[in-house]
Amino acid sequence: MFTGFDFDVIERSLPYLFREGMVFTVTLTALAMTGGVILGTLLAMMRLSSHTVLKVPAGAYVNLIRSVPLVLVIFWFYFLVPFIGGYVFHKLYQLNPDGFGRLLVDAFGYAVRDGQPIAVGAVWSSVITFTMFEAAYYCEIMRAGIQSVSRGQVSAAYALGLNYWQTMGHIVLPQAFRNMIPVLLTQTVILFQDTSLVYVISLTDFLGAAVTIANRDGRLVEMYLFAALIYFVVSFSTSQAVRRLQTKLAVIR
Amino acid sequence: MNYHWYWKIFWDLSPNGEGTYFYTLILGLKWTIITALAAWAIALLVGSVVGTLRTTPNRWVVRVCAGYVEIFRNIPLLVQMFLWYFVLPELLPKAAGDWMKQIPPPWGSYYPAVVCLGIYTSVRIAEQVRAGIQSLPRGQMMAGTALGLTLPQTYRFVILPLTFRIILPPLTSEFMNCIKNSSVALTIGVVELTASARSMQEFSFQFFEAFTAATIIYLSTNIIVVFGMRWVEQRVRVPGFIGGTAAQTGH
Repeated sequence: MFTGFDFDVIERSLPYLFREGMVFTVTLTALAMTGGVILGTLLAMMRLSSHTVLKVPAGAYVNLIRSVPLVLVIFWFYFLVPFIGGYVFHKLYQLNPDGFGRLLVDAFGYAVRDGQPIAVGAVWSSVITFTMFEAAYYCEIMRAGIQSVSRGQVSAAYALGLNYWQTMGHIVLPQAFRNMIPVLLTQTVILFQDTSLVYVISLTDFLGAAVTIANRDGRLVEMYLFAALIYFVVSFSTSQAVRRLQTKLAVIR
Repeated sequence: MNYHWYWKIFWDLSPNGEGTYFYTLILGLKWTIITALAAWAIALLVGSVVGTLRTTPNRWVVRVCAGYVEIFRNIPLLVQMFLWYFVLPELLPKAAGDWMKQIPPPWGSYYPAVVCLGIYTSVRIAEQVRAGIQSLPRGQMMAGTALGLTLPQTYRFVILPLTFRIILPPLTSEFMNCIKNSSVALTIGVVELTASARSMQEFSFQFFEAFTAATIIYLSTNIIVVFGMRWVEQRVRVPGFIGGTAAQTGH
């Protein structure tokens, strides 16, 4: 089965695969996780709020994102972000065309001045996509986390005279995060695997790098199996570590 | 915004000569559905068997099934698609590989996509089935064997009927995941719903209309699945046993 298997092509492409590909995959995962957890927590707080103005849009957003495939969301943002960015920056430009506006033109080109879609590039578009997409999933996790903290603690905090943000920041969220760390990390492993889908907008993540080499050298079998192996090793070891952490946290509580 | 709105685009003819853009999207929906349903059939079958075997007393069987689950859970779906589509024909004996490569389109990419999605989903179902079985009181199994049922009989008549009722809600969300995940099949050439929206966008440059339509179709499919499964749930309900699980991750 492995006769004619060319291990050399893997060895030769290792620097490219890891320095270009894996670095991008890990960066994207880290950025999307950070942004996603922050945004997701805010969304969860909105969903649990008693104000309809906050609750309904957050709920609608989360349910909408969770019912469409990631590939479609990637396409959506890939085309939408330049328009939204162009619109927002154009409005900002109009506020102060000479000072602040000039900086925007320097950064994003004359499209900002003319109200045209700006060139965001696939990289930033993918960061925004994954942040917005994962936020919906992290939101559900954080919502469960916040609800896992007993109501009595919130009442106690209010009784002590803390306001909403103090209660959340000092009492509820630290415990919610702690309770949900294993689930948050499991979701991050899924996110790590999902980043491979940037393939559909032709970005060079780890898989993209492997595909490039595979097509260039005509070594599909070796490169795809190697990519699968690396994804497996990273995801498997991370989930095992999460599982150990889970038992550890469970014992302490 | 400098966007040229044109909602009537759906009634324009698409350049692939099949009919209107609306028809293109409907064709895409058809492929999404037949991919997801076929994959779901495989997933349910394999997943139930693997999940059940993981709770049996035989240690080696448990280990092999755990290995199966770990392998297919820790490799991204997209990579698995490539493995089934590009790598498998090369690893098979030459005749079989050539036969696989010569399956005419669109079936040539449909079959690998279905098998891949089926196996990928089966792992998640296996985990649900295992969790469901383990959530039953141990007494059920003991009572079954005490009545003189063999191990397979206990599973067939006592354990599994209850398990499947308990795990119906998570199975619903797995089925919706299966529909959503079928969009990854576009990478190996299955023109399902997302791919048809994408091709509509490429031909007409009306990305907003195309993706809105696809989003609405996905939403409606989800709603139909939710209501369908709710109906099934009510049909098979055993009073006293309520399904339901805690927050879950996954797509």
